[in-house]
Amino acid sequence: MSDRLRVKKTYKLYVGGKFPRSESGRSYPVSSPDGTELANAALASRKDGRDAVAAARKAQRPWAGQTAYLRGQILYRAAEMLEGRAGQFAEEVAEATGAEPDAALGTVESAIDRLVHYAGWTDKYTSVLGGANPVAGPYFNHTTPEPLGVICVIAPQDDPFLGLIEAVAPAIAAGNTAVVLASETKPLPALSFGEVLATSDLPGGVVNVLSGRAAEIAPHLAAHADVNGIDLSGVADAELAASLEAAAAETLKVVRRPGRQLDSLGLLRQWTEYKTVWHPAGMAAAAGGGY
Amino acid sequence: MFEYAPAPESVRPQIKEHYGLFVDGEFTDAADGADFKSVNPSTEEVLFTVAEAGEADVQAAVAAARRAQETVWGPMSGAERGKYLFRIARLLQEKAREFAVAESLDNGKPIKETRDFDVPTAAQHFFYHAGWADKLAYAGLGADPRPLGVIGQVIPWNFPLLMLAWKIAPALACGNTAVLKPAETTPLTALMFAELCQEADLPPGVVNILPGAGGTGAALVASAVDKVAFTGSTAVGRAIAKSIAGSKKKLTLELGGKAANIVFDDAPIDQAVEGIVNGIFFNQGHVCCAGSRLLVQESVADEVLARLKARVETLRVGDPLDKNTDIGAINSAEQLERITALTDTGRGEGAEVWQPDCDLPDRGFWFRPTVFTGVQQSMRIAKEEIFGPVLSVLTFRTPDEAIAKANNTPYGLSAGVWTEKGSKILWAAERLRAGVVWANTFNQFDAASPFGGLKESGYGREGGRQGLEAYLDV
Repeated sequence: MSDRLRVKKTYKLYVGGKFPRSESGRSYPVSSPDGTELANAALASRKDGRDAVAAARKAQRPWAGQTAYLRGQILYRAAEMLEGRAGQFAEEVAEATGAEPDAALGTVESAIDRLVHYAGWTDKYTSVLGGANPVAGPYFNHTTPEPLGVICVIAPQDDPFLGLIEAVAPAIAAGNTAVVLASETKPLPALSFGEVLATSDLPGGVVNVLSGRAAEIAPHLAAHADVNGIDLSGVADAELAASLEAAAAETLKVVRRPGRQLDSLGLLRQWTEYKTVWHPAGMAAAAGGGY
Repeated sequence: MFEYAPAPESVRPQIKEHYGLFVDGEFTDAADGADFKSVNPSTEEVLFTVAEAGEADVQAAVAAARRAQETVWGPMSGAERGKYLFRIARLLQEKAREFAVAESLDNGKPIKETRDFDVPTAAQHFFYHAGWADKLAYAGLGADPRPLGVIGQVIPWNFPLLMLAWKIAPALACGNTAVLKPAETTPLTALMFAELCQEADLPPGVVNILPGAGGTGAALVASAVDKVAFTGSTAVGRAIAKSIAGSKKKLTLELGGKAANIVFDDAPIDQAVEGIVNGIFFNQGHVCCAGSRLLVQESVADEVLARLKARVETLRVGDPLDKNTDIGAINSAEQLERITALTDTGRGEGAEVWQPDCDLPDRGFWFRPTVFTGVQQSMRIAKEEIFGPVLSVLTFRTPDEAIAKANNTPYGLSAGVWTEKGSKILWAAERLRAGVVWANTFNQFDAASPFGGLKESGYGREGGRQGLEAYLDV
């Protein structure tokens, strides 16, 4: 073994395509289940949450405005980037969760495949969910799904990597942008995942990753008027989940309750609105002019 | 007006002197040793020789495809199949320039089109269908749609790589294996694609490529495949449909067309002129969905024709590898002869012919962009598919007359509508008997959008959710 001193990574937030420390200047120690200290993670504040929502909002329209094909290629690119760093992530997942190396690598491989899976959804779910409506009149009537907007994800606590990707990928595949609060005690793989996204042609702000205390930040995210949906998958405390849902109700956010299991299309649907367009289709209307 | 300086494409792909058949993952010569030459239509120079598949080769390829389907590709999970197809899509993107130049050389079409359309659209087709491989249960075709088995595919020479992508990508995504015969005059990119399958580590036998002519195609149709997919002429499509009658083979056909491009008096004229030019002169008019019949409302006919001729005067005909070239070479001497014969017929039937005064290269197969006016519906140039850069112009007075004329054809592949009134577009689209209707645009293609025709333009769709049905047992 070399006696060279290892250069350790500083784990920072991922907001708006950059890697800032918390504006509060705070951090908290992160350990593996056996008590080994791993690193200090930034302890995000309410203000960091607001900054992340602002970055997500700014990125949302351009992201939704990209072609579905391009969004798919970018998600696929993220899978390519992750494949190249599978070893590193397996190690981080193993340290974070105490999983055996093989199992941790399996988790990372599943995460890569899930990104590929969602890459394939971007240019298909609108065709699966939308369509022409046979209204009883001379009208073209068409319904198409649209992204909800900015989604906040309280990521699963005990499945800190695959669980997070399974929650974030469908949201962004459907053209939303996301603010993700990583697993409180196991945030490191999620923070490193920001580095993968930053090198995948994913525009800054489409995914923003925070580390910190759900009880501290989540109420502000749930109450934030510029957030359109909130995923409470990672909120284990039923009382906190209920209060977050109540806070979200004030601005009528779409809520995914903890424990709500959905398949991939269900997850895409969760963060989707429908828009219906009517247009006259008759020659009488055409002859009348003005249309 | 400034002249354009030559802007020749500098990359030259690695073309081998000789290519074999691609069977069971390996290149091999034909059992009977037959081969043929592929010619560059813009110079008439021989590009390479290639093995010509006979009946024994067809049987070997179908057997390899059967083995691969039953033991490897069929049992494989959709997600893993999809990952192979994503890999192929990425390799095509990586080698896009090489494929584009090769396609131009072998086919004669302008590099501008192969670079910006054929190759990227082919890559998109693989990317799109890769994503379907593990989502077939969501396609609306039943909870557990099954593959058909081994697919025999025969494709034309007008978009060699793109037609290959339209055939192979959905077939593989749905769990089938494929034996594909590229067109006799354009096998190059299919053989390069075979090399790419090797590079992607695609399991042997999943894709088999059998160059050859009509005889090879007939042998493939007659072989033990479960389904035949054909793109080409209506005459051959009809013969294939007859030949499999009474068998259990499934069939989809994408055949000829004689599309009407309707310009109403309230159309945006400049845009419409661009659309007319794109509709008929894209790819030298070697397009089954080409807007080969211009139907223009009488009140704007003079204005549209004047602007159209002025625009066609500016088209640059010549070296396909020049990045400024708009119209390349006609694909073969046979096709040139057919275009010439039908054009002569048009003159003989009394239509007025107009061509720009442009120079043509001395060698190779070339045809000037041609516009016929005063065309009547009874003329052969109004009824038959010319498959060349020849536009027949007819006029109409009322919208109903436009629809009646547009539908007065045994074909039904595509149509165009030009008007700034949305309600008129939708009114016309509802009445046009065509599988694809373009409004205020023409010749748009996307992997996510189904393409295919009605009536004698064939049946089945390629692309989109609807296109999957052609490759699933549902």
